[in-house]
Amino acid sequence: MPLLDAVGRYSVRQVEYLGALAIQLWRCLRFTVRAHAFGRRRLRWKRVVMQMAEIGVHSLPVLCLVSGATGLIMALQGGAELRKFGAMDAVINLVGTSMTRELGPLIAAIVVIGRSGSAMSAEVATMAVTEELDALRAMALDPVDFVLVPKYLAMLVMLPCLTVMAVFSGILAGGVFTYYSLDLTLIQYFLRTGDILLMRDIISGLVKAGIFATVIVHVSCLEGFLVRGGPVSVGRATTNAVVKSIFLVVLADLICTAFFYFYWR
Amino acid sequence: MAAKFSARQLLNRHGREPIIEVSGLKACYGERVVLDGVNLNIRRGETMVILGGSGSGKSTLLRHIEGLERPSGGSVRICGIDLAKATDQQLSALRRMMGVSFQSAAMFNSMTVGENVALPLLEHTDLAEPTIELMTKMKLQQVGLSGVEDLYPMQLSGGMRKRASLARALAMDPEILLFDEPSAGLDPVIAAGLDELILDLKGTFRITIIVVTHALSSAFRIADRMCMLYEGKMLAVGTVDEIRNHPHPRIHQFVNRIPSQPEPSSHRYITGF
Repeated sequence: MPLLDAVGRYSVRQVEYLGALAIQLWRCLRFTVRAHAFGRRRLRWKRVVMQMAEIGVHSLPVLCLVSGATGLIMALQGGAELRKFGAMDAVINLVGTSMTRELGPLIAAIVVIGRSGSAMSAEVATMAVTEELDALRAMALDPVDFVLVPKYLAMLVMLPCLTVMAVFSGILAGGVFTYYSLDLTLIQYFLRTGDILLMRDIISGLVKAGIFATVIVHVSCLEGFLVRGGPVSVGRATTNAVVKSIFLVVLADLICTAFFYFYWR
Repeated sequence: MAAKFSARQLLNRHGREPIIEVSGLKACYGERVVLDGVNLNIRRGETMVILGGSGSGKSTLLRHIEGLERPSGGSVRICGIDLAKATDQQLSALRRMMGVSFQSAAMFNSMTVGENVALPLLEHTDLAEPTIELMTKMKLQQVGLSGVEDLYPMQLSGGMRKRASLARALAMDPEILLFDEPSAGLDPVIAAGLDELILDLKGTFRITIIVVTHALSSAFRIADRMCMLYEGKMLAVGTVDEIRNHPHPRIHQFVNRIPSQPEPSSHRYITGF
């Protein structure tokens, strides 16, 4: 029964991985509440702010470009079809809702995985290889507390912010399209978009961003923490982190969307 | 604060007995047995040198004493507390009184040297920042590094990094100092300087020092007692003279630097056509 054997082994490994993620998340939340709630450690806050700049500010240009291009593509593709039915107006609905609910959070997450998730796992993996994590433990500092918590806090703040920027630039790009094809001014366009969007759309987008932030940081750092051996494994950890983050983010997106579809209409 | 007190209390309550007791320690990486029934008692205030060739398991032993690995069998007790069964608080208290200098120095590359040394003080004490800054300077001076506070570890030479990591290990004024291969990759002058530094610490602070090394000259110079590991087994524990004159063939060979005899077959292979 080699096939059954392999399937069983594989499943056990995946369950183990999820368990490790859950334990890491739990410890991270405990440390976050304990250390940061009382604001005693200035050094930690410095690290959080540095991470925020790295995750948020520095990825803003590329994010806006990607998101803007996506918004424009969607307007063009949608416009081409909707024109046949004489419903060009619906382009505004299309771009506005899909950007806010779905594409904004997803694009922000994927850009951040590429930029910061990979960098995080490489950093943590390098620390594992060069005994820096052991040095932390030997100093009675928990690596989860010291390395992961600042990254998590930074990501938890910055990914929703980036999502807002992604949504905005996507919708703005749609506005450029309607300016030329529907003769709407940008102000009219934004007012129409505002009419269409519901609070539900905006909140569900931001909730997604928060969940994606959790997935990205924890998957990336866990890949780093699990590294054993030499420098070769740093590269492997980075690849794994990116692949697993993208997969799990899309999976989480599906679950969230299904949840909002069934339970919040 | 409470945890710090408890570490002192542990020490006081524990006055006479060995500060570190390793008994029947077994360590496996997968199938491979790295340590097999190692026994070792280290008394308070002594300098113990752990000798052994490459791959003899001496770094693994040190990692177990640091509590970084879980033993597959046997136990490591520090101040009477079994590391494998210790609570988080006990473990944290014990680690605060241990200073560790790693083989690869393990400086945090994202921080300056000064921040590296100051880190344990910032995290574990309530000292004001100017005090911490002053202590950092003093610790770096103690290891012969002045004016490198604002450099990054990567900007230092290997020997300087090693000394900086010693300064970091000393930052909390540890009771136990663990030192993995102090002289590996250093030139003889700097290595001798490190030996002096260890002797100095021993003289002034009466701290327990554990050094893992295969550098014989420095081992004989700094040790109160020594032990020798060979293929995961503890061959002998004794004073410097006892080890130097030990009858066991492996120890004799190691201490007198006698190369292994080439196998007869390989000899024939080279000359025998």
